[in-house]
Amino acid sequence: MGVELSAQCDESVAVALRDVVVLLGDFPALASLDLSVNRGEVVMLTGPNGAGKTSLLRVCAGLVPIARGEGMVMGADLRYQRASVRSRVGIVGHSNGLYDDLTVRENLEFWGSLIGAGDDELRQAMSIMGLDGRLASVRVRGLSAGQRRRTAFAILVVRRAGLWLLDEPHAGLDSDARDEVDEVLRRASASGATVMLSSHELDRAQQLATKEVRLAGGVVVGDPQ
Amino acid sequence: MTLEPPSTVSTTSRRGTATAATRVLGALTIVMIGWLGVFGLLLSPADRDQGDAVRIMYVHVPSVWLAYLAFIVTALASAVHLFGKSHSLQADRVAGASAEIGVVFMAVTLVTGMLWGRITWGVYWQWDARLTTTALLFISYIGYLAVRGLEGSRSQRARRSAIVGLLAVLEVPLVHWSVKLWRSLHQEATVLGTDLDVSLDGLMLFSLFVGVVAFTLLFLWLLLHRSRVLMMIDLSAETGLDAALAQRRAEGGVTA
Amino acid sequence: MSSVSRLQTVRAVCAKDLRIEQRSKVLTSQIVPFALVTLVLFAFALDGDVILERTAPGLVWLAMLFSSMIIVQRSFVVEIADGALDALRVAGADMSAVFWGKWFALIVQLVVLEAVLIVGAIVMYGIDLRISGLVLLVTSSISATCGLSAVSTIYAGLASGVRGRESLLPLLVLPVASPVLIGATRAAEAAFGAGGTVVSEGWPWLGLLSVFAVAFSFGGSLAFGPLIDD
Repeated sequence: MGVELSAQCDESVAVALRDVVVLLGDFPALASLDLSVNRGEVVMLTGPNGAGKTSLLRVCAGLVPIARGEGMVMGADLRYQRASVRSRVGIVGHSNGLYDDLTVRENLEFWGSLIGAGDDELRQAMSIMGLDGRLASVRVRGLSAGQRRRTAFAILVVRRAGLWLLDEPHAGLDSDARDEVDEVLRRASASGATVMLSSHELDRAQQLATKEVRLAGGVVVGDPQ
Repeated sequence: MTLEPPSTVSTTSRRGTATAATRVLGALTIVMIGWLGVFGLLLSPADRDQGDAVRIMYVHVPSVWLAYLAFIVTALASAVHLFGKSHSLQADRVAGASAEIGVVFMAVTLVTGMLWGRITWGVYWQWDARLTTTALLFISYIGYLAVRGLEGSRSQRARRSAIVGLLAVLEVPLVHWSVKLWRSLHQEATVLGTDLDVSLDGLMLFSLFVGVVAFTLLFLWLLLHRSRVLMMIDLSAETGLDAALAQRRAEGGVTA
Repeated sequence: MSSVSRLQTVRAVCAKDLRIEQRSKVLTSQIVPFALVTLVLFAFALDGDVILERTAPGLVWLAMLFSSMIIVQRSFVVEIADGALDALRVAGADMSAVFWGKWFALIVQLVVLEAVLIVGAIVMYGIDLRISGLVLLVTSSISATCGLSAVSTIYAGLASGVRGRESLLPLLVLPVASPVLIGATRAAEAAFGAGGTVVSEGWPWLGLLSVFAVAFSFGGSLAFGPLIDD
């Protein structure tokens, strides 16, 4: 995937956070959190609402700055190289990053053109997600929650993100759609991506995950399983 | 994020923002303002045409000077924050403090200008280049302060404010140019020229000078104190953070 | 995956914005009528044919300024609604290129609006367009629009990033945009010959508007990234 590694970090580590504090205004969403994730792992984040799962995912995406502590994601320093971090990860949260008035294909073409992806790659991503055919010309506004989610995933596939960060990817989906999501994640993991997802679907997540990390009060509690 | 230790304030040994330096400065300021009062109200002559109303000038003109000085300081401090290697938060605090002071003195400028105009020529407002530009700058500054008040992390707020502050620098010459050009179209004699259209004799000029010096000292004194107050607010937020962290961790049943 | 040139990003963002507008038709179905209504309201408020004809260029540009606030906010609502702005940041898009793309798309929409308003003013306020003034009118309007678009885009980016603070936008933009209002109006007056002005009086204003447009477009492209970023 063409990721350069900093001299200090271990090649096999995807995420390394030490004493990380993340502030939302004045509130510490993450309160001196330590975490280590190896490449290729599928990590499930669990914990009560408000424990900091979303903030953890966002900080790993390079979207929010670290107030204290240090971190490294995919070989890039979270304090000084956030732009690099972002280019190596993909995040799908409660929002999907889609434009409602454009069709599925147009959305993918837009995001594809931002990263220089060719038509073949777009077509492949769309077929993996089951978005070719009729759905391709439907405006995002008219899609179901599950279909939107799949479109967002298709963008992650096109971007060939090395680290997938997913905030409650099963939320709002019916059982079939959730199965599809699981299948996508399995394939992503099989192709070498590291996956971190938060979910309240404990059974489902446990089948997928190689490791469970429980959050509470802005830190990791207990031992990772 | 670490706060630079204040070199001029030791927060453990003091309970306020004053130091020996600011006390001296403050004393000097009071003296100068006293002088200004003496010169402005007593010693300097009344104007031929305007009478005693001209004395408003001794507050109005230094206020203008101060407002623009504050603006320049804000712009410079913003640049230091943005382009300096350390992205100094102290520079951001100075920019913010200076802007607050500048807004107050711009308000003073506008109000004294309006009073002066009303007393002397019967109109509160006139659309001359300087007054109009000052009014627009005043509103821009209020916008700047509004941006400073937006939510976000400390460094985020600092960066945003610095950019808005620098964009204002870009704006001022353009606003001034356009307003000047605009007013020059109107050939009706602006008898109502403000301040420096008054013919100034030596003593008036000297009084004005005293005023400018006094107000500059006042600005420095206010700036030092206000930046230190802002620093203390940040320091208390920082210590508040440790408490907040402990509290947050306790939510999860984790002992810090 | 090939690396993407900035020009490609600019084109992609601009095309995306214009296509969204084409689909949703917000400009044509909502904002243009709004602007025309304000022209009518001005007529009610000012109540006089002579005064309307005399002030027509000013009224057109006032309507433009206020309408542009609405258009540019819409341009960013589209980005915020589904987290697309964050997604743009994560995708590593060059933020100055995103600025230029949105800037250009906004110009296109503003020019359409202007054309409608000028025709509206000709019809409703009785001003006459003279051929001698046409070049001045077109060039000054376009450079004014470039400057207005730059200022609006950059402050809208700032205001959109913060929840619930879109109301901040007019406060930030309107003082900064006042040279545009002054320049565009005076140039338009000269082009239309309102109040006995001659076309040649309008050219200095074109200079002012051009400098403004260049200063804020380039300043904006540099400032946009840091402003948007967390």
